[in-house]
Amino acid sequence: MNSAAGNSASGNSRQPEFESYYGRPVLKAPTWKSPDVPLYLFLGGLSGSSSILAAAADLTGRLALARVGRVTAGVGIAGSVLALVHDLGRPARFVNMLRVFKPTSPLSMGSWTLAVYGPLAGAAAASEVLGVARGLGRLAGLGAAALGPVMSTYTAVLIADSAVPAWHEAHPEMPFMFGGSAMASAAGVALIAAPIAETGGVAHMALVGAGMELASSQEMERRLGLVGEPYRKGRSGGWMWTAQALTGLGALTALVGRRSRVASAAGGVLLAAGSLSLRYGVYLAGVESARDPKYTVVPQRERADARAAASAEAEPAPTPQVTRHRRVLWVHGAHEARDGHRHRAFRRR
Amino acid sequence: MAENHPVAFQWVVEAKLRGAEIIDVDPRFTRTSALANRYVSIRAGTDIAFLGGVINYVLSRGLEFREYVVNYTNAAMLVGEDFQDTEDLDGLFSGWDEQAGNYDASSWQLTGERDDTLEHPRCVFQVLRRHFARYTPEMVERVCGVPPADFTAIAESMTRNSGRDRTTAIVYSLGWTQHTIGVQNIRAASILQLLLGNMGRTGGGILALRGHASIQGSTDVPTLFDLLPGYLPMPHVGQDDFDTYVAGGQLPAGFWGDFRSYAVSLQKAWFGDAATAENDWYFDRMPRISTDHGTYRTVLDQIEGRCKGYFLVGENPAVGSANAKLQRMALANLDWLVVRDLQLIESATFWRDAPEIETGELRTTEIGTEVFFLPAAAHTEKDGTFTNTQRMLQWHHKAIEPPEDARSDLWFYYHLGRRIRQKLADSTDPRDRPLLDLTWDYPEEGPVAEPSAEAVLREINGTGPDGRTLSVSTQLRDDGSTRCGVWIYCGSYAEEVNQTARRKPWTEQNWVAGEWGWVWPNNRRILYNRASADPAGRPWSERKAYVWWDEEQGRWTGHDIPDFEASKPPTYVPPAGARGPAALAGTDAFIMRGDGKAALFLPKGLADGRFSTLVGLADGPMPTHYEPAESPVANQAYGRQSNPVARRYPRPDNLYNPPRSEVFPYVYTTYRLTEHHTAGGMSRTLPYLAELQPEFFCEVSPALAAERGLEHMGWATIISARAAIEARVLVTRRMNPLRVEGRIVHQVGLPYHWGQRGVSTGDSANDLLSMALDPNTLIQESKVATCDIQPGRRPRGPALVEFVRSYQRRAGLIDGSGNGEADHG
Amino acid sequence: MVEHRSLTERLSGPLADVADDAGYSEPPPRMGFFTDTSVCIGCKACEVACKEWNDVPEDGIKLLGSSYDNTGQLGASTWRHVKFIEQPIYVPERHDQLAADLGQAPTQSTPSTQDEAGVRWLMASDVCKHCTHAACLDVCPTGALIRTETATVVVQPDVCNGCGYCVTACPYGVIDIREGDGRAFKCTLCYDRTGAGLMPACATACPTESIQYGPLDELRERANARVTQLQLEGETQAQLYNERPDDGVGGAGAFFLLLDKPEVYGFPPDPVVTTRDIRKMWGYLAGAAAAVAAGVVGTLIGGGP
Ligand SMILES: Nc1nc2c(c(=O)[nH]1)N[C@H]1C(S)=C(S)[C@@H](COP(=O)(O)OP(=O)(O)OC[C@H]3O[C@@H](n4cnc5c(=O)[nH]c(N)nc54)[C@H](O)[C@@H]3O)O[C@H]1N2
Ligand SMILES: Nc1nc2c(c(=O)[nH]1)N[C@H]1C(S)=C(S)[C@@H](COP(=O)(O)OP(=O)(O)OC[C@H]3O[C@@H](n4cnc5c(=O)[nH]c(N)nc54)[C@H](O)[C@@H]3O)O[C@H]1N2
Ligand code: SF4
Ligand code: SF4
Ligand code: SF4
Ligand code: SF4
Ligand code: SF4
Ligand SMILES: [Mo]
Repeated sequence: MNSAAGNSASGNSRQPEFESYYGRPVLKAPTWKSPDVPLYLFLGGLSGSSSILAAAADLTGRLALARVGRVTAGVGIAGSVLALVHDLGRPARFVNMLRVFKPTSPLSMGSWTLAVYGPLAGAAAASEVLGVARGLGRLAGLGAAALGPVMSTYTAVLIADSAVPAWHEAHPEMPFMFGGSAMASAAGVALIAAPIAETGGVAHMALVGAGMELASSQEMERRLGLVGEPYRKGRSGGWMWTAQALTGLGALTALVGRRSRVASAAGGVLLAAGSLSLRYGVYLAGVESARDPKYTVVPQRERADARAAASAEAEPAPTPQVTRHRRVLWVHGAHEARDGHRHRAFRRR
Repeated sequence: MAENHPVAFQWVVEAKLRGAEIIDVDPRFTRTSALANRYVSIRAGTDIAFLGGVINYVLSRGLEFREYVVNYTNAAMLVGEDFQDTEDLDGLFSGWDEQAGNYDASSWQLTGERDDTLEHPRCVFQVLRRHFARYTPEMVERVCGVPPADFTAIAESMTRNSGRDRTTAIVYSLGWTQHTIGVQNIRAASILQLLLGNMGRTGGGILALRGHASIQGSTDVPTLFDLLPGYLPMPHVGQDDFDTYVAGGQLPAGFWGDFRSYAVSLQKAWFGDAATAENDWYFDRMPRISTDHGTYRTVLDQIEGRCKGYFLVGENPAVGSANAKLQRMALANLDWLVVRDLQLIESATFWRDAPEIETGELRTTEIGTEVFFLPAAAHTEKDGTFTNTQRMLQWHHKAIEPPEDARSDLWFYYHLGRRIRQKLADSTDPRDRPLLDLTWDYPEEGPVAEPSAEAVLREINGTGPDGRTLSVSTQLRDDGSTRCGVWIYCGSYAEEVNQTARRKPWTEQNWVAGEWGWVWPNNRRILYNRASADPAGRPWSERKAYVWWDEEQGRWTGHDIPDFEASKPPTYVPPAGARGPAALAGTDAFIMRGDGKAALFLPKGLADGRFSTLVGLADGPMPTHYEPAESPVANQAYGRQSNPVARRYPRPDNLYNPPRSEVFPYVYTTYRLTEHHTAGGMSRTLPYLAELQPEFFCEVSPALAAERGLEHMGWATIISARAAIEARVLVTRRMNPLRVEGRIVHQVGLPYHWGQRGVSTGDSANDLLSMALDPNTLIQESKVATCDIQPGRRPRGPALVEFVRSYQRRAGLIDGSGNGEADHG
Repeated sequence: MVEHRSLTERLSGPLADVADDAGYSEPPPRMGFFTDTSVCIGCKACEVACKEWNDVPEDGIKLLGSSYDNTGQLGASTWRHVKFIEQPIYVPERHDQLAADLGQAPTQSTPSTQDEAGVRWLMASDVCKHCTHAACLDVCPTGALIRTETATVVVQPDVCNGCGYCVTACPYGVIDIREGDGRAFKCTLCYDRTGAGLMPACATACPTESIQYGPLDELRERANARVTQLQLEGETQAQLYNERPDDGVGGAGAFFLLLDKPEVYGFPPDPVVTTRDIRKMWGYLAGAAAAVAAGVVGTLIGGGP
């Protein structure tokens, strides 16, 4: 039947009533591609936290662990940047990201951070691998570590600063979720690659990260209600569930088996996988929440109605005064203007 | 109107914003309905019953504008004793000849006596009252499916909004014209407007929204076979000399009294010095028509091999004309065909992609037609005028050069004529004289030797003895001293200035804006505007003052140019023996009528000295409700089912669905979409337009969808006795079933823009339609016919032909009761 | 950037002079659109004029079955979009009468214009809102999106690198990346025409002045007069959308008069510019970053248990 109005969310009787335009989305789904963006989120976080880990290891004289951290950070950031560039509609114009410095654009801030962090992390990794300029490499590593925390979390703000309901509404928890996830993944990779002798505390780092991630994601889903639905349901929900399971399991394995090379490595794999799944889950949840008008309309409608009710109590609507003549008067003026324009338009074309 | 004249519709919106009530009467809820204050859904083809209802509402309550009616219409005139009405003859007027199938109008004549009290039983007013008495609100409901409440509200609104102080305007277009009763629809509207005093007055009138941007121009300077420029009748067989011809068109009084001047000036414009009083103004060389040469008759002649060559200049009949299959078959049966168009249209490519190729009814290898396609320049690529629905000529300047080989139609005809004349230059054959004697001397301009369009307009305007352009048509003489190509356009080039190119904004002149473009006749913006003043020449009201008699100056004056002899006082009484304009009184506002009065009752019927008489048709003196040629219901008003004088071509390839057929139970109507243009050559070919309405669809009501199992966005096959076509289905509440004759009538909506070529393609609605024409204009009844509709796509290839035949069989059209004449019921 | 106003003020809420705020000194008055959908006749002249003038490519030849709307939504290749909404107006008596005629139970739905006393056909021409607080512009990392001197929002195609951030940020789903081109496109409010003293192509083509272009203050005045008039005429649902400077985007440069709820037309009922919360977001980031730092350092240097 050819009617625009009415509930587009079919089936499920528990679905809230709402009106839409032929059930079409109100928002544009993100044009960000998969796996580019999930990878970008994952690798950026991994790299950031790895830099901190490396610095900490360095300062506690655990050179192998530091080496793992620096290499991971270097490779991670390289991969992250590649993913970002690959996702651009015009990759050749990546550098345009540095035309402006814009606090309102997390991607701008992120790009600047990358611009400083990337070379540092890269240099640190390079000197490790090539074994040259160790002193400078070490400094670079420490520098990267200083930016590590931001690297671990800024992508959370990047996606939260959008109209995508499941992302924007989650802006309070998202940085903690991503930060925790980043820590867990960094710890995970360290557990896989570093000698057991030097991984003391890494399992705890994983545990803290996992805890931060799980706690904040639980809180987020609880708080969001309808808008949080994509984090629980559908493909995105599946990824989120997997992420939490893997991360939780990984952290425990790592902790319990921290004396065992194998158990640690296993835990590490689970942690890294968990972090990657989380990024997929969050990405897909955002896309889903943009596609279904329900997530845009219902909460906004409630908000609007509430405000209307409030203001109605405040002051009752004044009796309207009509001023028809000015409309008509205006129409005349407008025609003059418009006809004039029309003719110029003709000459112009 | 919003759909097809969106730019003009801005003024309706403007009026609405100023408090006007907008009423829309249409079978479908359209973009116009969406903006209207009141919308009424009517069964297609029943407007005479509806308007008749309003007329009856006015007459039975004495709501007519008495002073206007008595003075400006023929209401007071007495009709002859032996006139009999449809009321007496169950749907026929006196003078009907069943064998010949036409009327002898002699019993319809007026006696010449009058009764200003309008009491005399035989006066037009009383005849009218009796004739329309049966169109009660109940009858309107039974025929049109319009609930009495809705009908009465409209009648009430129209009458309340008419009179000295207020006027009501009626806007119509194809919804009224494309019927076997088309002209009578408009007659009904004019009777109503005359009774309410809405003619010749500001804010009143009957506005015909025209078609192609200059379709008005192509009736003024006609492309019609029965007319010469300026509505002079085409000479016909039997008119052997000029005097007989003039006698056929001249009226005793009024401006048709000067017919001879118009006709002589036209001959002089064409043949110049070769046309003299001695050689009867070259009249013997003029072609004569002998019968119906309308486009549909011509198409049949092509099929029957009588017409072998064809020019299609800006026309796409393979898609745009009724019974399109027949159109294509005709094209395939020609010796040669010239198509001048902007696009390679279906009418030029039928020989390889006509649907009949797929069904096997045509084979490319067997089509003998030699097709010449000549690219045409569009209006933006050439100078010229558009004449709009207000009779306003507006000049358009060439904006860009036409691409490649594209040339203007003017270029084509001018150079064609030039070359032919070259070839014949030293011919002695008298047969070639008319061609050689033509005034064919237009200055050429630019690289492609484009003839000057201004020179053509100047010739149309006409020149006087001094060779300078004339200013008004009253300067035309019958002594050969003046030349004029189109007498009603005389003045468009006054003072050697192209008046049609004037662009003074309405903000810099009075609200009538007489200095924008040029309007025929003589730049008068409202026809018969003498009627905007009372008999004494005073405005009916200050609010509605338009033109009036100024006693001091002793002349007519006002906001517009008076459509009346400027110095003829309201008190003027014609002396005995006066003829022409002088024979009209100071109160005779309708100056083109022989008696100066608007006709509520047409003594000659609609024959009026035009071709219809010679093809034996004379439509009735008053509008009468008849069912369309194809209708699912019986005529509720009379025993006579459909218009007795409707033009029909019953033949196996033009079968008519029997009336009240169970096989074709639904009504369909065809129409336009804002997004497309007519046969689609100018819209289906353009992505920006095609993407807005990408597919051929039919519109059905949810109720009909339920009845036939049609699914929104699914496919439907629509079938008539001529063809079966397929369309996507739009189920919409904008279509609605009507209660008629106590039962439900479903209507199907079909836009007719599609064909097999272009960015967006689809079946053509015109394949469904038959050739059933209005007797006066020979326009096809494309606004109403019957069909069946079934879910799913149509059969393909030869199976399609068989599919249609099965319907014909079931309807008893082949090996059955016969083709479509089984009608008079 | 002008100093005298705090970041928060510049990120949301009413803004006295948008162009000035964007750094233009003595800018011309803010120009915009008032689209009065109550006089729209759905002719789509605006859609076509826009494409003609701006050389916007064709956007798909597909029947959508949503009344007469076969465009669907705004996008990179559709900068004006005319929406069509058919709504039944229901009058029980008549409805049941017809139902009876159709031999159906009175309750059964047999919609029909007359028997429901008509359908209502809403038409509305949508366009980029040129928000006072434009999320697309706020988040654009390249500066491709700019605020013009008349406070409109324009993409510079020669700068855009197709990062797609603006797409996720727009609360109205207006701007989008063009397939095959990779860059973001949207209504420019005919920057080239208005610069030359011409009206935008869509407004010029609009026969009924449903699209009105002009100084925003004047438009707002006119719109308020119109909406009161309609309400007096009984159009109780008539409302202005995006007109109030205190709404979630600080009022839009292109606002609308609607005859039903915004969502019925596919508009978000209560849009908010995402960057309103940007400072909070940076705050949470700081917290999270600190937590990460502490977490790692604490566990690795503090030497876990
Ligand atoms: N966009 C656009 N504009 C056009 C054209 C185009 O193709 N596209 N074509 C031009 C041309 S050539 C012409 S002639 C004009 C035609 O302009 P219109 O006359 O407006 O064209 P239609 O849409 O064919 O018919 C008008 C309406 O008549 C209704 N109708 C059908 N039957 C009846 C009836 O029995 N009674 C009543 N009251 N209404 C009825 C139809 O439902 C339709 O809504 O438009 C011109 N303008
Ligand atoms: N079923 C149904 N059939 C109908 C109607 C209906 O309502 N229903 N309406 C009828 C009406 S009113 C009309 S007017 C006809 C229209 O039917 P047609 O006139 O057959 O169809 P158009 O597509 O208008 O054809 C006009 C052609 O002229 C070309 N053209 C444009 N400008 C120029 C020019 O300057 N020079 C030349 N040489 N060519 C040019 C265009 O490309 C186009 O192909 O359809 C009629 N048929
Ligand atoms: S297409 Fe031309 S003629 Fe038709 S409405 Fe538009 S402007 Fe008028
Ligand atoms: S509507 Fe969307 S695209 Fe337009 S200015 Fe606002 S945020 Fe930007
Ligand atoms: S896609 Fe282009 S315009 Fe949009 S944010 Fe990225 S760079 Fe700016
Ligand atoms: S203002 Fe210009 S660009 Fe924007 S929609 Fe109108 S025509 Fe298109
Ligand atoms: S041009 Fe004007 S009337 Fe036509 S669809 Fe666009 S906004 Fe509506
Ligand atoms: Mo037409």
